[in-house]
Amino acid sequence: MDRLMARAGLACGVLAFIIACFMSLSGDWSGLFSREAASRMLELVTSFFPPEADPAFLRKTAYATLETLAISWMGTLLAVIAGLFSALPAAGLWGTVSKSIARMLLNALRAVPELVWAALLVIAAGLGPFPGTLALAAHTTGVLGRLFAEALENAPREPYLALRRHGVGPVAALSYGLLPQITPQLTSYTLYRWENNIRAATVLGVAGAGGLGQLLYYHMGLFHFQETGTILLAMLLLVGLADTCSTWLRTRAMP
Amino acid sequence: MLLAKSQRWRDPAWPGRVTGAVVFLLVLLPAGYLTEFNPGIFFDATSLRVSKQFLATFFPPAHSLAFMQLLGRSAWKTVAIATSGMVLALALAIPLSLLTNRTLSISRLGVGTMGVIPAAVRTGLRWVLNLLRSIPELVWALIFVRAVGLGDTAGVMAIALTYAGMVGKVFLEIYESQDTRATEALLANGARRLHAFFYGTLPSCLPELVSYTVYRWECAIRSSVVLGFVGAGGLGQQMELSMRMLAGGEVLSFLLVFVGLVWLADQISQRLRAWID
Repeated sequence: MDRLMARAGLACGVLAFIIACFMSLSGDWSGLFSREAASRMLELVTSFFPPEADPAFLRKTAYATLETLAISWMGTLLAVIAGLFSALPAAGLWGTVSKSIARMLLNALRAVPELVWAALLVIAAGLGPFPGTLALAAHTTGVLGRLFAEALENAPREPYLALRRHGVGPVAALSYGLLPQITPQLTSYTLYRWENNIRAATVLGVAGAGGLGQLLYYHMGLFHFQETGTILLAMLLLVGLADTCSTWLRTRAMP
Repeated sequence: MLLAKSQRWRDPAWPGRVTGAVVFLLVLLPAGYLTEFNPGIFFDATSLRVSKQFLATFFPPAHSLAFMQLLGRSAWKTVAIATSGMVLALALAIPLSLLTNRTLSISRLGVGTMGVIPAAVRTGLRWVLNLLRSIPELVWALIFVRAVGLGDTAGVMAIALTYAGMVGKVFLEIYESQDTRATEALLANGARRLHAFFYGTLPSCLPELVSYTVYRWECAIRSSVVLGFVGAGGLGQQMELSMRMLAGGEVLSFLLVFVGLVWLADQISQRLRAWID
């Protein structure tokens, strides 16, 4: 009975919260579902067709697609390196003080979304794919660093300690005694994040950080709808390809 | 054993390692070129000056009364956009996931294979879900900003469409991963499809559906901040304005509120999910 009351109370609370949310939205909702707005939306979508197929523009789109891929790949790579280095203290290998500092740093990196990092870095480094790469790297370092640290904490320490006791240096002991144990996890986390980053890299450009997103923002801003259609198709292709590849990798190549 | 010293110390796995390193470098170089990789750019005189000025304005975070009110309003706006978007996404995803559910196929009864038309309808609707999901929410937001103008509506619609695709797909997977025999037995005995769903499928998968919805709501809060950057309302839109004006203190305050909001949503969602399970 109490549980039933609690459930009813929760349901009422959630309902009230949802109503409050809808009430506080500004903007004309009747307008959105009116015939006029629908026809405007339809007009916008049909104006994407036929997509621009001029060879020069296609080359530009292809270059931007490659740039997007390169951003995602460089960003992930930098994040793997930085994540690995910050995972060592975050896993408590060097004592508790460095552990909590590293964890705090990783949390802060992770808390800020890629796009916000990109907007901040564009201010410092100017427009282009480089700040985009660093923005992806910053957020992904936070994510991967934490995952790597957890993997390191769960791996048995004995092989590493045994090597150390026999006089092997710390770097060698780490790379032969500890890292090989977590390599499978490292690889699968990295691939998962890479897929995620391909998605993220396609839109980062909206903040001026290169790739397909920047091209999209530019042409949409100038009302070049057919060009926008081509870019949207390229985005769909890229994301679909990344999706298929990662599903294939997960089901076939990594049982 | 008399082994030469060099042979004794050789890493047995070296051919693989060297090949790996070479391939890695070969891929790295074009990627570095394409991303215009150049850390030096941060240290040239102009960007150093701009960054210094910008960073100097970060402390202390802005905290005047009027600004705090703006902060509270836009944080609530962000929550409102995320929640409304999520509700509309559910309104779209639930019918779509029911229509594409293969277990509820009547033409399959007895024969085991679906009729041509029902199969085509289900595949077509699955493609709709895929399409909704494949276009990033930020791009939906850009399109809606063009269609309905700057403001909350664009953000709500962007979240509604992208999340309808994601939620619909996951709901479908949840229905079909359950034990479907109860539903099939009901259908075979003449129950209507909705009845079969409500009595056969829903009871066993309701907790999972609710807990996924709550988790998605948390994600919606995160992404509604980002959507603001293209003019779709909420915290993001205000943060973008402050960044344009290089008002670092305001940016820092917005970031802190954002992090707090995400933390709060995370806590609420964890509690709710623990309570449901």
